[in-house]
Amino acid sequence: MANSTDYLLAVEGLTVSFDGFKAVNDLSFYVDSNEIHVIIGPNGAGKTTVLDLICGRTRASGGSIKFRNKELTAMKEHQIVKAGVGRKFQNPSIYDDLTVFENLEISYPRGRTVFGALAFKRDAAVRERVAEIAEMIFLADHLDQRAEYLSHGQKQWLEIGMLLIQDPELLMLDEPVAGMSVNERKKTAELLNKIIQNRSVLVIEHDMKFVEDIAHRVTVLHQGKILSEGSMERVKNDPKVVEVYLGH
Amino acid sequence: MTRTPNSRFFGRLDGDIAGILLLAALLIVVLPLGLDIFRLNMVGKYLTYAFVALGLVLCWGSAGILSLGQGIFFGIGGYCMAMFLKLEASSPEATKIQSTPGIPDFMDWNQLKALPWFWEPFHSLTFATIAVVAVPALLAFIVGLAMFKRRVGGVYFAIITQAFAAILTILIVGQQGYTGGINGITDLRTLKGWDIRTDEAKLVLYFVNAALLIGCILLCLYVRRSKLGRILVALRDKEDRVRFSGYDVANFKIFVFCFAAALSAVGGAMFTLQVGFMSPSFVGIVPSIEMVIYCAVGGRLSLLGAVYGTLLVNWAKTMLSESFPELWLFAMGALFIGVVMVFPNGLAGLYQQFIAPRLRRPAGRRTDEAAGAPIIPPHTAAD
Repeated sequence: MANSTDYLLAVEGLTVSFDGFKAVNDLSFYVDSNEIHVIIGPNGAGKTTVLDLICGRTRASGGSIKFRNKELTAMKEHQIVKAGVGRKFQNPSIYDDLTVFENLEISYPRGRTVFGALAFKRDAAVRERVAEIAEMIFLADHLDQRAEYLSHGQKQWLEIGMLLIQDPELLMLDEPVAGMSVNERKKTAELLNKIIQNRSVLVIEHDMKFVEDIAHRVTVLHQGKILSEGSMERVKNDPKVVEVYLGH
Repeated sequence: MTRTPNSRFFGRLDGDIAGILLLAALLIVVLPLGLDIFRLNMVGKYLTYAFVALGLVLCWGSAGILSLGQGIFFGIGGYCMAMFLKLEASSPEATKIQSTPGIPDFMDWNQLKALPWFWEPFHSLTFATIAVVAVPALLAFIVGLAMFKRRVGGVYFAIITQAFAAILTILIVGQQGYTGGINGITDLRTLKGWDIRTDEAKLVLYFVNAALLIGCILLCLYVRRSKLGRILVALRDKEDRVRFSGYDVANFKIFVFCFAAALSAVGGAMFTLQVGFMSPSFVGIVPSIEMVIYCAVGGRLSLLGAVYGTLLVNWAKTMLSESFPELWLFAMGALFIGVVMVFPNGLAGLYQQFIAPRLRRPAGRRTDEAAGAPIIPPHTAAD
């Protein structure tokens, strides 16, 4: 194939405009296998929009998004998920009225059709997997608790757990440590370092300390375009970045 | 930690099943013993609306899809049954004084000379019985496909269903020769030669109706306790999260809408059998909204609550209409406002908040956790 790529995720010439305003403008970047790639940038830089575009929530006006050489821009949301892309939202997006166990169970990748869900059996494989994930996200003792009553940090972990149970190849996290206490933040970094085995992670984050801890590569967005890209060390010392972002 | 797997849910006596047994005892033993056949037939009529309320519990309560047009499906179910009964009542001998004998009387009055093509298959009871469920489900499928695939939801969906209810009423009233118009299909007599107007027939039909209702409650309970039931609750909470967990959300909404439509239609067919006619006054906007009120008063999150709510509101309606006919509409409006403002989870919500905890403690029963109860959040359970 002419434009095939070795990258897990290849975003090329991606553009989206809302009523003429280009929220993302001719953006290109690549994510390798097993790479933690962090996107930073000031408010309104288009960070969340980029994730929305990749997971199909927003339709691109132009450009291409290739995941393992499969074009995502034409696929529906649930097909993108099945292809192996998981996405965590900025605000913890969990099912308040269900228990932690049920939250994880719904995310378990089986019985995703109407009749599959009707016939779904909560067998040993499901229970073991849920228990395993719950252990990982520090919620093993809360399985029967309604998700509504979890703390903010626990809700964020639950959502990460809901993604992990899908075992996606590419995990996209939108501000995973926003609003967390110092202690929770530390645990989250530990969690992220644990879960990156055999997968790539694309993270949006404001917390520079946290970014330094986890990032393999950093992309700085500004007004829908790339301002700088490279290791955290390089990006931090880029005068353009200092001017628009880090300086404040 | 041990958990009760899905397959064993029906194997043990839990709160929901106990509640259903209690309702069954009330409907099948207490009421037939305590009421004369006139009142019992009336309860039977009320119970046909409970089928609609059950559908709404799943569609509106669980999945958060408010349909203000369930009368459509109740009506179509009722009409399918009425068409069969009407054809049986319109034998050439029974209608020999008409200018065209052998067709329903209203067709003759409207100068129709032959039975319309879509009436023909309703000579067969089997066809009519299948049509009772299949036609409304198919219609719901088409409406659902058109709406949910385009992600029309919430208030917009409610308004569109209401528009459909209005359209169907106008269609039925306008096409008098084919539908019986504003009077509906009346003067129904026998079912396969069995006179449905006698007291004995009414008693038998009451029991058939009650048994069907219990069966439908069990079916609804099964759906709610499956993973599909939990997905419906999940998509009411966070539709996007469900979508980004790999589910095609629209398909689940279409399913629950069709399921609710089929339930309503069963109620409609039983209505026709017990009351002896079907008319557009059970199809339109007002009856559709009344059906939502039954469900809301009983508790839209509770299957059993919806049944009790339907019985209670209808009983109140009959009482009030017998003494102060002009007051009913105001009372209904007040009831709806009251439910929405003061007790949004209806009677079932009040029961769970105030009565259930008292019942549980003195009896010294094991708590839900200790009994290893299935992990269903308290308010999604049946009672």
